[in-house]
Amino acid sequence: MFRPTRILAALAAVVWLAGLTACGQAQSTTSAPETTTEAEGADAACAAYAQYGDLAGTKVTVYATFIDQEGSEYESSWAQFAECTGAEIAYEGSRDFEAQLPVRVEAGAAPDIAILPQPGLLRTVAATGKVKPAPAAVAANVDKYWSASWKAYGTVDGTFYAAPLGASAKSFVWYSPAMFADAGYTIPTTWDELTALTEKIAADGKAKPWCVGIESGTATGWPATDWVEDAVLRFAGGDNYDKWISHEIPFNDPSILESLTQMGKLIHDEKYVNAGIGDVQSIAAEPWTDAGYPIVDGQCYLHRAASFYQTNWTTLDESLVVGEDGDVWAFPLPGLTADSKPVIGGGDFVAAFSDRPEVQAFQAFLASPEWANAKATATPQGWVTANSGLDATLLKSPMDQLAFSVLADPGVEFRFDGSDLMPSEVGAGSFWKEMTAYFAQDKSAADVLAAIESSWPK
Amino acid sequence: MASKSPTARWISRPPGLTRAERRLVEAKNRLTSPWASALALVIAALWTVPTFGLLVTSFRGNRRDITSSPWWEALAPANWGGFSLANYETALGPQNKLGDYFTNSFVVTLPSVLIPITLALLAAYAFAWTEFRGRNILFIAVFSLQVVPLQVTMIPLLTQYVNWGLNGTYWVLWLSHAMFGLPLAIFLLHNFMREIPRELVEAARVDGAGHVQVFLRVIMPLMTPAIASFAIFQFLWVWNDLLVALAFAGNTPEVAPLTARLSDMVGSRGSAWHLLSAGAFISMVVPVAVFLALQRFFVRGLLAGSVKG
Repeated sequence: MFRPTRILAALAAVVWLAGLTACGQAQSTTSAPETTTEAEGADAACAAYAQYGDLAGTKVTVYATFIDQEGSEYESSWAQFAECTGAEIAYEGSRDFEAQLPVRVEAGAAPDIAILPQPGLLRTVAATGKVKPAPAAVAANVDKYWSASWKAYGTVDGTFYAAPLGASAKSFVWYSPAMFADAGYTIPTTWDELTALTEKIAADGKAKPWCVGIESGTATGWPATDWVEDAVLRFAGGDNYDKWISHEIPFNDPSILESLTQMGKLIHDEKYVNAGIGDVQSIAAEPWTDAGYPIVDGQCYLHRAASFYQTNWTTLDESLVVGEDGDVWAFPLPGLTADSKPVIGGGDFVAAFSDRPEVQAFQAFLASPEWANAKATATPQGWVTANSGLDATLLKSPMDQLAFSVLADPGVEFRFDGSDLMPSEVGAGSFWKEMTAYFAQDKSAADVLAAIESSWPK
Repeated sequence: MASKSPTARWISRPPGLTRAERRLVEAKNRLTSPWASALALVIAALWTVPTFGLLVTSFRGNRRDITSSPWWEALAPANWGGFSLANYETALGPQNKLGDYFTNSFVVTLPSVLIPITLALLAAYAFAWTEFRGRNILFIAVFSLQVVPLQVTMIPLLTQYVNWGLNGTYWVLWLSHAMFGLPLAIFLLHNFMREIPRELVEAARVDGAGHVQVFLRVIMPLMTPAIASFAIFQFLWVWNDLLVALAFAGNTPEVAPLTARLSDMVGSRGSAWHLLSAGAFISMVVPVAVFLALQRFFVRGLLAGSVKG
């Protein structure tokens, strides 16, 4: 029976539940400024924030991809800013950021600040005309603490919009120091040594050398594009790399084909892959998040992945130690010679959809060394920046320190992740798909490159 | 019986059955054959195995075990020591606070079910039992709204919510889910209401009942199965919704439902899926409970409007 009393009861339940959540909100907002108890220490700490002025009663909304643990690390990195200036920073993280942001911008519900995970997205949202150019204070910080190339990544059609925030160095090879010591292997310093090591591991026959995985849901294939970019930067060189990304040379230029062929010699060969997982085809189906795990079980010797892969080890098993004398560690993917240091990296960028003073103040703060230091202090592992003002001793994990030393080294030939800079039809489309076909369907290197070339928007 | 032809079977039944009734009897015979039962069992097993695997996985505490061996190996008695509640503890623990999002989901879902049912009952009554000009055209218009994919409404609707200052509150979810649910609700309840014998309504009229009394005293008590079945549909849809919640309300702890939290639990780089298995079962508890509680209405309600009785 559907009696009115039941409806009333249900409505009462709704009201009660709404009340509960309202209480929950009240508690969470009042608990925030609890840290002000050490009043005098706080005054001293706040001196550095005096330049941003008194922003009491204002609110800045921030939208980004960082969730969970990572999200709360970001929130604590600007807690001091909020406390000293009085501005409220309302943070929202979502895994569906890249799909949701354009919808919100279009509907007029854009956040004050969005942290974009790649420059390609900046170009898309800048095209809507709703992104505000970076204020002078931000530009000054970026000029001072970042290299000119990083500023260029945040620039669209000559207007500087977005300051870089975090960064990642991708050209690393993970290995187990203990397994290397047992077998008497040494860290290769040139590509030839890497090839020789690969052959030696295969000949010793305990396990195959490489484990690779490129499955990543709808983005399947992207880890393979990083591999290709690393190869192109080495075998075609930095100049050709730049021309390749801007399509001044065709995607299937002979130098690119040579690079892909060289890459294939290592990881498209049954003798060398796919350690602990299967055959060459299994590369396409193995989740990239799990692909390095056979190293822990002694079934794989080498796994190429970015510095941020360190968090994946601790997800697998919290007791794993990432470090030179620990369970897993990484060495930079070598260049052709011992003194060349080519590195592929990525980064995220701060775009603002509002030019209110508090938003601009917060933007300037995010581009400052103070923020970078606060973020380093708040992060146990898995974050670096290319902000040269960062005090490297504050980074807690040895891997982050290694990554920062690579990013800060002027001798490093740094290039931004090419697929992030190409048009999305290629960089987030055919490049991914064709690389998947390269492994899954054994498509030839020449056919793969030709297919991507034909998909480049005219 | 086996030697007789199907024709002989229904001829041997007592005379006086209508053609429709004979067809029903035949359908029943066909559906109760052992082959059909075997097929149903196979389908049920195929359907359940992945869910069961997920359940087993959710109790396997160690991420390394989950990665290195399939779930059925954990079922061997020798491996039982590996089972633990660790994933559930992490999922419900202070870091993930699934409990808070559970509350959010209830606050989102209950009004999102009650509002469309209330409105649809009134609309269905008007379409079924009152005469007015353009009734059929209006009904077809409402009915055909079902084919509008909700994705195309997102930007215009969100723009409107922003103008009204509603975005980021529960209101957008209640309103949106009510809007998206109404066409089906009106259609379903209207068809069911039409099946109520005209004599009942007319008898009430003769006794002096107005529209309000007919609606409350005659129609409503007879509508329970239809209301329950639509309530299940709508409840499951809203409870499991992620798209509408993320697009309109956003992913803040104040309003985000369980599904939004669940999809984030896998971690920024999607590597913590062992937690997902536990989270999935936690979020499944409520829909399963609702379904079991209302299922006796469900089969009756599913047939709402499909058979003339």
